[in-house]
Amino acid sequence: MKPAPFVHHAPRTVEEAVEVLGQVGHDGKVLAGGQSLIPILNMRLASPAHLVDINGVAGLDEVTVADAAVRVGALVRHSRLELDEAAHAASPLLRQVVRHVAHPVIRNRGTTVGSIAHADPAGEMPAVLALTGGVVEVSGPHGAREIACDDFFLGPLETSLAPDELAVAVRFPFLGAHTGTAFAERARRHGDYALAGVAAAVTVEDGLVTSARLSFVSVTDVPGVLDVTEAVRGREPDDVDWSACDDLLRGHLAPEDDIHATAEYRAMLATRLAHLTLAEAAQDSLTSSAGGSAA
Amino acid sequence: MSDPVPEELLDVTVTVNGVPRHARVPARRLLSDFLRHDLGLTGTHVGCEHGVCGACTVLADGAPVRACLMFAVTAQAHAITTVEGLGTIEAMGPVQQAFTECHGLQCGFCTPGFLTTVTAYLEDHPHPTADEAREAISGNLCRCTGYQNIVKSVLRAAELRAQAAADASSTAARAVPGDGGGS
Repeated sequence: MKPAPFVHHAPRTVEEAVEVLGQVGHDGKVLAGGQSLIPILNMRLASPAHLVDINGVAGLDEVTVADAAVRVGALVRHSRLELDEAAHAASPLLRQVVRHVAHPVIRNRGTTVGSIAHADPAGEMPAVLALTGGVVEVSGPHGAREIACDDFFLGPLETSLAPDELAVAVRFPFLGAHTGTAFAERARRHGDYALAGVAAAVTVEDGLVTSARLSFVSVTDVPGVLDVTEAVRGREPDDVDWSACDDLLRGHLAPEDDIHATAEYRAMLATRLAHLTLAEAAQDSLTSSAGGSAA
Repeated sequence: MSDPVPEELLDVTVTVNGVPRHARVPARRLLSDFLRHDLGLTGTHVGCEHGVCGACTVLADGAPVRACLMFAVTAQAHAITTVEGLGTIEAMGPVQQAFTECHGLQCGFCTPGFLTTVTAYLEDHPHPTADEAREAISGNLCRCTGYQNIVKSVLRAAELRAQAAADASSTAARAVPGDGGGS
């Protein structure tokens, strides 16, 4: 199908974009990569009267590593983030996860910030923003503000962005030298939406687990963090029974049935993936700590 | 739902296969329809129209993108290459040649998307393994071939490119001494 008619706006600056968004209000939608938005328009699940196409806005296409975070501008395509060596060196989790976002061809166009602003609980990058305790940088009519990810995701496909605000960048903070990370997801076919996905961050200090946290893809309503530290604190990384986290997982996961999998199966899968990624993240922590102390 | 928006026509000029092409189209014109309906370049095929099947894949500044997930008005910022830009029947590109040799197609509907995707892939990965070739085409659906011959075609295309590069460099090497005589 084809999109319904809309008025196309092509601002050249963030200020112009914000001004147009203010004028069109709830009838407007921001177009960046469009790899989630355009299918929705093509299927006429949405028909905004105005599209504010930010592809010509200057200064939004930078990946920068500074102030203990990787900052990704609103026009940075997933593929660009994937290939960025400085971002990879600073935060290996980013490349590891972004490679699971759809197919390479979609990643050539889709943006990381757009995927976060879209706030699909089946998206990978919102889960990474949650796990890293990231921040969304926003420009609006009253200037700039920052929204912590806990306050950003309100529900499936729903964020605290006002209609006249533009997400101009996100920041993924570093997790520290003693924290290891891992990510795994399972889909029917590689590149499809995951049946379930899990990102894990485990901190090991003086040979003992001091923190263990998880975030999820496709099995919760809202991207958020589950802290499972209390179930595994003080254990040695090689000697942890990660199934000690299962009660906490049961309380947190809220998968739904659909044509691809039952809720029960998704919950089982997410639980197994949690065990897997927690163990990997603990090992990664030992490796990255070793690297850190050498540096 | 808001009131229908009156359809305004825009002057859109997109560089396609090296040539600036102009048409007056509404903002909602997808690049895939712009190529086919407005420019008559029907080599780009439209399958699912929501980014899943890969049939409409074209190159934007050399990188493969879904033409059904980009508006023509946005495509003005890029140099677009369609399957028509990859070669002609008389002088096929290496990927087209390989698909012909290896029977990498049956009905041909998905083929333009495979050709563009593989062309870009081999630019960055000139010597793929069979597994890598399979991964490279994972975003394109084919309902005829079962993919076996498409994977073979990708590997054959890599050979043809390497051969062409070797031929070109040996020709260049021969040309360098330049004995001044001859032609």
